[in-house]
Amino acid sequence: MEIAGNEILRAEGVYKSFDGKVNALNGCDLTVKKGEVVAIIGPSGSGKSTMLRCLNLLEVPTAGRILFEGAELTGKHVKIDAYRQRMGMVFQHFNLFPHKTVLQNIMLAPVQLKRKTKEEAKRTALQLLERIGLADKADTYPNMLSGGQKQRIAIVRALAMEPEVMLFDEPTSALDPEMVGEVLDLMRQLATEGMTMVVVTHEMGFAREVADRVIFMDEGKILEENDPDDLFDHPKHPRTQLFLSKVL
Amino acid sequence: MEWNPFEGMSPSSFFNFSFLPKYLSFFVQGVEYTLLLSVVSVAFAVLPALLLALMRLSKWKPVKWFGGAYIAAFRSTPLMVQLYIIYYGLFSVIKVPSYTIFGFIDISRFIPGVVALALNSSAYVAEIIRAGILAVDAGQMEAARSLGLSKVKSMRLVVLPQAIKNILPALANELVTMVKESSICSILGMAELIWGAKTVANTTYKTLSPYVLAAFVYFLINFPASKGIEAIERRMRRGDRR
Repeated sequence: MEIAGNEILRAEGVYKSFDGKVNALNGCDLTVKKGEVVAIIGPSGSGKSTMLRCLNLLEVPTAGRILFEGAELTGKHVKIDAYRQRMGMVFQHFNLFPHKTVLQNIMLAPVQLKRKTKEEAKRTALQLLERIGLADKADTYPNMLSGGQKQRIAIVRALAMEPEVMLFDEPTSALDPEMVGEVLDLMRQLATEGMTMVVVTHEMGFAREVADRVIFMDEGKILEENDPDDLFDHPKHPRTQLFLSKVL
Repeated sequence: MEWNPFEGMSPSSFFNFSFLPKYLSFFVQGVEYTLLLSVVSVAFAVLPALLLALMRLSKWKPVKWFGGAYIAAFRSTPLMVQLYIIYYGLFSVIKVPSYTIFGFIDISRFIPGVVALALNSSAYVAEIIRAGILAVDAGQMEAARSLGLSKVKSMRLVVLPQAIKNILPALANELVTMVKESSICSILGMAELIWGAKTVANTTYKTLSPYVLAAFVYFLINFPASKGIEAIERRMRRGDRR
């Protein structure tokens, strides 16, 4: 397969319709380079979450291709689980496993998928918790945590698999305002460390400050894509101008 | 003597339990038979029910169809008919030797009874399990899959452990239902509670009070059981608020 330079993810002509009716995506092309932070912005229902979920095939595109490190994920007989192990995902509603402790949440996948022994997984998990200042919560259950704590743990749960790329689906949208900062801080750290990230977000400040590139989507199409400063200061597409005039 | 249309309805015929000292064993063994039959049947129903539930949730059309067809067939026909078909059909081919366990349970009748009740119950339990699985937030499956866990592992490690909390109370209710429904097995001579009552009625010519006693016994088992299940459900719901 063709890989241009240090490209890690590529979507080609992706269409997605639900029940053959609603067109959530109408032909989207997207490339992500290694170490790049790409923010996807746009109004609700514009298809940005669907786009993100197509990248690890949580949604299967109706048409089009997804390539990860040159391998086509949308092909027939692809063992998607193996690729997903290297693509972390963070959800709007955290989706921590409520029947497991924080530590068990983080250890589950690395141990079950034989990436690490139990001891190694535990050590890594505790290091990750240490890093986000929640080591003392290792043995508590998710229902005892605040939203911001839950989301930071969901992030390190994904990091425990040592992914090549992290997908964030509106990671701060379900949080109380005072907890948004701690989650964004952690994401900012990851970006500084060179993690490849695709972030669907409503946090324009974050997108502008952290992203290397911002994509504007509406009605299932990528309408504009540019450096953050250019896109926010000089939006070209009238739809982008209208959207930014309302949210900024 | 003057004819009295309400003669059979007098309190004395309702509550005349003078047969008890002599025939108590019919009721005691009847309860034991009923409980054993119900518990064993529901227990054997769980595994096929889990399979049926997963079939119904499958994306694979023929499998999904088979699960749905089985459940529809067993839920839309009377248990009595199923019992007859299984006893006179299936078990005329499979011969179970006549052998008595615990002194009063003849396995040549007990086993066909369990098979019929379990097959019937598995259709209902399958729907209980399916509802329990569907009640688990879809994000749980997605989170597990996004970490690279297979569908089977995600189901086993993440979804099912959470679904059990929804399933157990409904399963206990199914057991309560089964304690009552298993009375149908008396028509094939299984010595459960109703068979005991019927035998006592036929022997003593007291046509009412043995059944009244049986009703009391069923009530004394099922009412506290239902209340207990309700209390446990309430407790679980309280622990659920997160």
